[in-house]
Amino acid sequence: MDFSDTQAEAAFRKEVRAWIDDHAPRHLAESLAGSGFGSTQTGEFDPLEEAKKWQKIKADNGWACLQWPREYGGRGATPIESVIWNQEEGVYSKLSGTFIIGQGMCAPTMMAYASEEHKRRYLPKLASGEDVWCQLFSEPQGGSDLAGLRTKAEKEGDQWRINGQKIWTSGAQYSDYGILITRSDPDVAKHRGLTMFFLDMRSPGIDIRPIKQANGDSGFNEVYFDNVLIPDHQRLGPVGDGWKVALTTLMNERLAIGGGIATGFPEIKELVDNLTIASGPAIDDPGVRSKLADWYAKSAGLKNTGARAISALSKGEVPGPENSIGKLVAGTMMQDIAKYALDLQGLAGLVTDPEIALSQARIQAMLMRSPAVRIEGGTDQILRNIISERVLGLPEDMRADKGLPFNKIPSGNSQGS
Amino acid sequence: MDFDFSNEDRMIQEQVRRYLQDQCQLNRHRSVLDGNETQALDVWQGLAAMGVQGTAISEDYGGVGAGYLPLCLAAQEIGAVLAPIPFSSSIYLAAEAISLFGSTAQKERFLTKLASGEIIATLALVEDHLEPSPNQLQTKFKNGVLSGSKMIVPHGMIANIAIVVASGDSGPQLVIADLTEVQRTPVQSVDPTLAAASLHFNGNSVEALGVAGNGWGQLQQLLHRAAVLFAFEQLGGAEQALNMAVAYAKERFAFGRPIGSFQALKHMMADMYVALKLAESNAYYAAWALENNAPDLNLAAATARVSATQAFQLCARDNIQIHGGMGFTWEFDCHLYYRRSNYLTLALGGLTVWENKLIEALPQAVA
Repeated sequence: MDFSDTQAEAAFRKEVRAWIDDHAPRHLAESLAGSGFGSTQTGEFDPLEEAKKWQKIKADNGWACLQWPREYGGRGATPIESVIWNQEEGVYSKLSGTFIIGQGMCAPTMMAYASEEHKRRYLPKLASGEDVWCQLFSEPQGGSDLAGLRTKAEKEGDQWRINGQKIWTSGAQYSDYGILITRSDPDVAKHRGLTMFFLDMRSPGIDIRPIKQANGDSGFNEVYFDNVLIPDHQRLGPVGDGWKVALTTLMNERLAIGGGIATGFPEIKELVDNLTIASGPAIDDPGVRSKLADWYAKSAGLKNTGARAISALSKGEVPGPENSIGKLVAGTMMQDIAKYALDLQGLAGLVTDPEIALSQARIQAMLMRSPAVRIEGGTDQILRNIISERVLGLPEDMRADKGLPFNKIPSGNSQGS
Repeated sequence: MDFDFSNEDRMIQEQVRRYLQDQCQLNRHRSVLDGNETQALDVWQGLAAMGVQGTAISEDYGGVGAGYLPLCLAAQEIGAVLAPIPFSSSIYLAAEAISLFGSTAQKERFLTKLASGEIIATLALVEDHLEPSPNQLQTKFKNGVLSGSKMIVPHGMIANIAIVVASGDSGPQLVIADLTEVQRTPVQSVDPTLAAASLHFNGNSVEALGVAGNGWGQLQQLLHRAAVLFAFEQLGGAEQALNMAVAYAKERFAFGRPIGSFQALKHMMADMYVALKLAESNAYYAAWALENNAPDLNLAAATARVSATQAFQLCARDNIQIHGGMGFTWEFDCHLYYRRSNYLTLALGGLTVWENKLIEALPQAVA
């Protein structure tokens, strides 16, 4: 066991640090550091443009998607080298948010299922940020029960005709490509009739509408498909095998999201270090200390669990469902922290005007964004199902749709088929 | 960077596990619980013969000199079977105190015998219901003799020597007391397998350990180091309690299905797993910090301690809940883990104390 760098690792870190020192967009450092959870602040500069610029410089110098093979735009680096990069990139890593879904989830799925020709054609531009990708999974009738999705794919010669609707698609409005899961056969059991594709997001028949979220932002979209055509060679995996392909994507989602996940701890620490409450400095209050210690222990636990996952990865082990704990712990923690931070301030905690609010109103932003953390990419409840069934080996819940053909499954009266 | 134990460390763990599975099933714990024996002394001797007590003790004093990493893993195995032996008191506390602060002569005299299992030792700190503090110690050390009482001393009924925290001429002072002539009375406790005693010193001759007046600082250093090892015992217990809950939930049927298929119970067990996993990862980091005397050892130790306490408390408590009524019988083993989880929580001061230690250590590491 060794939590410090080996000689080779230290040398690599030095190289990374020197390159970042020379090339990082310093003019954005201050705005980025002040970014609240779920938003990337770039001051007077356009966030998407700046993100693409930084990604391109990295790619041109071999610092993008470090663990990918070189022929697909990566560096062929080890997992530990990739961790070192992430540690050193620091505040500039906030610019990578735009690419997380494409690079973290779509790319591993493409690597596993796309043809060699497609991989060489699409992956390098995904690595360099020239192309942004999105993931078209969730539907109004298929969220936690993802396999209940209804978007129809019908084979016509050597192409597929797509009709239906996706929802909660992050970044669809600026994406160039997407991976799409569809129902290709409604007459078989629901997990068996699915097929996965990738497609050009500018294909005719696609209509993208932003969703106004509960926190007032619009990071997610509804995506409508009206007779959209996809060539068969853009199918990922065999017809009817889409569920298996989707599991590859979702496994990587938990690793991508669970890695350096935001917990709200630095925000609450900063607040209580500077706040005075009725009993004196907040940091001296026994109640505050107890909660702060609990949250520190949890955030350290996540960090150290992440470190262990990297070690396992280095030894060739496959990331397993145990990585589901990251988002499960962080989501609730962030919400609890935001609520407690507001509670310490009384009515003043309600203020969202960044000129008046403490910490530039970042905690209020956390309060309003955190409910989504507990839902997106697997709700807390779904994650607990995964842990209990796939890690602890507990039996599945009884299911009313087990073994039924998809088109015989009761759908209630909300938006039945 | 490598955030896992080495194969060598794991081999030592495996040897300890196999020995304990063979010789120290829960029926040994029950035998002590029911008063048939004070401790499983043959297990204590058996581990000593394997060199487990001496794992982190220097070879100069009869130990193995293998460091703290394998000792942490041995602690996890001892915690898993709730071994009714005076291991934590003798090794994590007393041997550690003598290794840290003892003279060469003291190390030669005591560490060799601790490593060989010849003597049993403990730490005598608590005097009353208040959180121990340096200014309120009533046990006095003067002119080489000790007077005063310690209210609850784990393994005090069977220990040959105790490290006693006393008040000396120039402040708190650690001393080594031979307990042969000391009056002891048994103390009933939530965990009856501790051979706990009240110790009454009445002018008994003792010897100073470490620097006069520095006793409190030394005690804190000792507690932080021991916290890492206690955390591993807690992990072992927590994992076993979770395993019991999962096994029972798979085989027990109600409403025509295994109770483990109900989300109300599955989600409880998922939360137990999450607490365990966080605790395990924090304990791993703390083990490394302990072995390497890392600058952030105090923070790492307090963090591991807080997480491990939370995990064992949760797992032991909810293991009973998942067993339902059967979990509240004497016959089922759930209460053994529940009892032990409370001892291990309080052994070095409770959760609040360690939350405070964590916050005290925090500014040094997180800017």
